[in-house]
Amino acid sequence: MTDLPPPSARRRVSLPLNWFGVAPFLLFALLFLFLPTMHIVLGAFRTPAGDFTLANIRGLFTPSIMNAFWISIRISLVTALLGCVAGFLIAAAVTRGPLPKPLRGFALTFSGVASNFAGVPLAFAFIATLGRLGFLTVILRDWFGFNLYGTGFNLISFLGLTLTYLYFQIPLMILIITPALDGLKREWREAAETLGATGAQYWRMVALPVLWPSFLGTFALLFANSFGAVATAMALTGSQLSIVPIILFAQIRGDVLQDPHLGYAIAFGMIVLTGLANLVYIVLRTRAERWVK
Amino acid sequence: MRSAKLWSWIALIAGILYFFLPLIGMFEFSLRARRGEYSFDAYANVLGDPAFRATFGYSVLMALFTIAFGILLVVPTVFWVRLKLPRWRPVIEFITLLPLVIPPIVIVFGYIRLYNTSSWLPLTGSAMGTNLLLMFGYTMLALPYMYRAVDTGLRTIDVQTLTEAAQSLGAGWITIIARLILPNVLVAVLSGAFLTFAIVIGEFVLAALLNRPAFGPYMVWMGANKAYEPAALAVIAFVVTWACMALIQLVTRLSKHTRAQQR
Repeated sequence: MTDLPPPSARRRVSLPLNWFGVAPFLLFALLFLFLPTMHIVLGAFRTPAGDFTLANIRGLFTPSIMNAFWISIRISLVTALLGCVAGFLIAAAVTRGPLPKPLRGFALTFSGVASNFAGVPLAFAFIATLGRLGFLTVILRDWFGFNLYGTGFNLISFLGLTLTYLYFQIPLMILIITPALDGLKREWREAAETLGATGAQYWRMVALPVLWPSFLGTFALLFANSFGAVATAMALTGSQLSIVPIILFAQIRGDVLQDPHLGYAIAFGMIVLTGLANLVYIVLRTRAERWVK
Repeated sequence: MRSAKLWSWIALIAGILYFFLPLIGMFEFSLRARRGEYSFDAYANVLGDPAFRATFGYSVLMALFTIAFGILLVVPTVFWVRLKLPRWRPVIEFITLLPLVIPPIVIVFGYIRLYNTSSWLPLTGSAMGTNLLLMFGYTMLALPYMYRAVDTGLRTIDVQTLTEAAQSLGAGWITIIARLILPNVLVAVLSGAFLTFAIVIGEFVLAALLNRPAFGPYMVWMGANKAYEPAALAVIAFVVTWACMALIQLVTRLSKHTRAQQR
């Protein structure tokens, strides 16, 4: 193994040997990534006996499942949009704005923590803050005489879930958009100012068009990110809100014996949606990188 | 210029309010266990709970195994791709990003159906087999982060020349990877390891659907059954996440320091 033949001879005899080093990785990817996913995708188009069918996919178009998909899509769209806008504003403020320098490092570190502080603990933090006896609910009631739950607010709702998801969506946007913001060259701003542009005009006519692909791409990524989130929703709502991941979870846990192939179809639907979103992300990111270089 | 400053501060303060209120809220809530005064009772209850120690210990162990397996899997792969298959790098990188595309709940669904007791590889048939399957699942979840960290770490060194130098001195592949590549990407590997730890420790979906006694399902169970203890658990989980991120920063900074000294 240690003494390699000269390159010309090597090319002829050891082509498979070149792949030897990545074989464990490819085997791992095959067993624990590709085969499980293929199994689900194929299962979505099969009867329990193994014949081809579209009945499972048709099973998705029942009102309850369509409704779950619709809620999930709406939550993902709204949290992706708000996450993008808020994350962009914060990132722009700490990287481009006239704020003290150390804030930038702090914001990025905190974003790293917050984007990983998802799942069950995040749900607990929001219950402790905005639940019926939560910190903020009590403060609003005792100090300002404002009854939050009197307004019809409920944490186990579309709004509550959106507020909670934003806690990991915004930091993710900050982490992704900051390099893009750093890619904006100072000369562009100076050139715009020399030509008499105001700050707002510079952002609208120079910076945003350059950032646009990164923006849309991250939007797609955030969409997929929130669409697949299960733990946060489970811990927050205790399966009271019918969103797709929760329905799939229930299918796998309990009702899977009744109709496993409907579960496959739901899972397939999730793959299609997150896959499409990520495809958009990948295409737009390659376009965005042209400018950042 | 003044309006830019104003807008920056507004964005920052709104962000700070949004991000810090839940943290303060969860901490305040976790202190409320005793009626009428603040106390650390909820923490005492949690830390004294044998189920907490068992599940937390299980998840820590799981994280360590996942890290070890992840390093064994990723470091040689990154090295080999850089050395022998540079043209295939985008393909391998794409594969490592797939766990971000396919929702974990879908993949674990596939595991359950594919590796059940009546399949050719009945991993879910025994506790040990399921542990193994869970470890593979966690490795898969951490793959995008681990791969990227190591790949970035290896970018700064000349793999080709170093390998040829080692080979001319008679080193075999294992020596090259263990004594040449690994020390050079140690910081990157550690960053990936801490991130893996943060991901595994609170993970819920895989552990719950594979029925393993991990920390994530325990937290959900507490959330459904207790009032103040969940907030204490959230504080603990937040501290663990923060510690992992701080350790990443620390090793990165330390490595820069020593590298500067060597010069």
